[in-house]
Amino acid sequence: MTTQEEITAEIVEIRGQYEKGLADGAPVEHHARRFYPPYRSSILRSPKQPLVAVGGDPELVELRSPAFGHQDITEVDNDLTLQHRGEPIGERITVTGRLLDREGRPVRGQLIEVWQANAAGRYAHLREQHPAPLDPNFTGVGRTLTDDEGRYEFITVKPGAYPWGNHTNAWRPAHIHFSVFGTAFTQRLITQMYFPADPLFAYDPILQSVTDHAARERLIAAYDHDLSKPEWSMGYRWDIVLDGPSATWIEEGR
Amino acid sequence: MSPHPTPHPSLPTPSHTIGPFYGHALPFPEGGQVAPAGHPGAINVHGYVYDGDGAPIPDALIEFWQAGPDGAFPQVPGSMRRDPSTGGFVGRDGVHFTGFGRLPTDKDGHYALRTLPPGAPDVPYISVCVFARGLTHHLYTRVYFPENGEDALLASLTPQRRGTLVADPEPNGTYRFDIHLQGDEETVFLAFD
Repeated sequence: MTTQEEITAEIVEIRGQYEKGLADGAPVEHHARRFYPPYRSSILRSPKQPLVAVGGDPELVELRSPAFGHQDITEVDNDLTLQHRGEPIGERITVTGRLLDREGRPVRGQLIEVWQANAAGRYAHLREQHPAPLDPNFTGVGRTLTDDEGRYEFITVKPGAYPWGNHTNAWRPAHIHFSVFGTAFTQRLITQMYFPADPLFAYDPILQSVTDHAARERLIAAYDHDLSKPEWSMGYRWDIVLDGPSATWIEEGR
Repeated sequence: MSPHPTPHPSLPTPSHTIGPFYGHALPFPEGGQVAPAGHPGAINVHGYVYDGDGAPIPDALIEFWQAGPDGAFPQVPGSMRRDPSTGGFVGRDGVHFTGFGRLPTDKDGHYALRTLPPGAPDVPYISVCVFARGLTHHLYTRVYFPENGEDALLASLTPQRRGTLVADPEPNGTYRFDIHLQGDEETVFLAFD
């Protein structure tokens, strides 16, 4: 099986090519590469044909988006520590931030779903069988709707790093998966939020599939001491900016 | 911090793969039962998702979004209604049409959506968003129906490529729509930049 050294060498080579291209005037890549061989699963699952551009038509189905409401959420959905009889093991944290569009405007009343491993790095998913303990008091699934300022908040425990099968001794840095809807289906986003200064960043081909340094930084939450609560929890702040055109974007003549 | 920070242009949050372990988080009961219960006009859209070797993908998640038969875009919540007493799901109410479906592929890479035929735009289609382990960024495509003719997008494609967007009719109001992420039959995927 492939070693970490081989994967790291591939990561460094691609990053070097990207940064040389940037210096030569190539555009900044704000998103992950779809075909990124160090992430082995991308090799057979990324399209080879260029995407076909459709745009400029305000009647596109994709410029609208489904609605979600309070009937799709329960009171404790945004507190992942309250969903069982007992409290989960781990470092209690608050993760909060704002959901914005590319113009910096709040995206209101939209659904955010999260899922994550427990503090030991184990998902409550049957196919995940690595030898770390399950926590009977933690499922690791949450939902919320953004408020009128685009804000969201989750209370949870900090997830652990966990091993995966991309190569020998592959470990994912701790992360929380986020699934987000905007006002247009074009703005749909699924991504992962990381924690500051994780030593696994450089080894991880999923994070490194985002070749641009500044873009990778946008996936890392900031520790915010003002959000930490005495004798209770640590606070992290992470804003999410949705890409893609929306109906308001077109109506305003952009 | 001001409660109303001044908006300013921002760079987007990069996309990441959905990974393999979303199954206890994102799918919900009746996720593919978008048509109201017992609706006589319901159609089935089903198919397989394949990788570049032609192997079925058992861990994809597909979302569907569309207008209703009247051409209106539903702004009806309730696709994933919850039970406030147990925290579980109670399913759709069986009456309202939300226009939104979400289905994981099964172990054979198969999905089956039951919905109403879309009534908009002029050449109607169902918008499809595909997520999977190995897909660092989701992919958009569309399900068109053979009886509805062609729009500008379909007309711009070669016949072979166009065919990947048009569902094949089967008996009993059923359509087959396979998704090939890669390979000779690669599906047309769309960009909206």
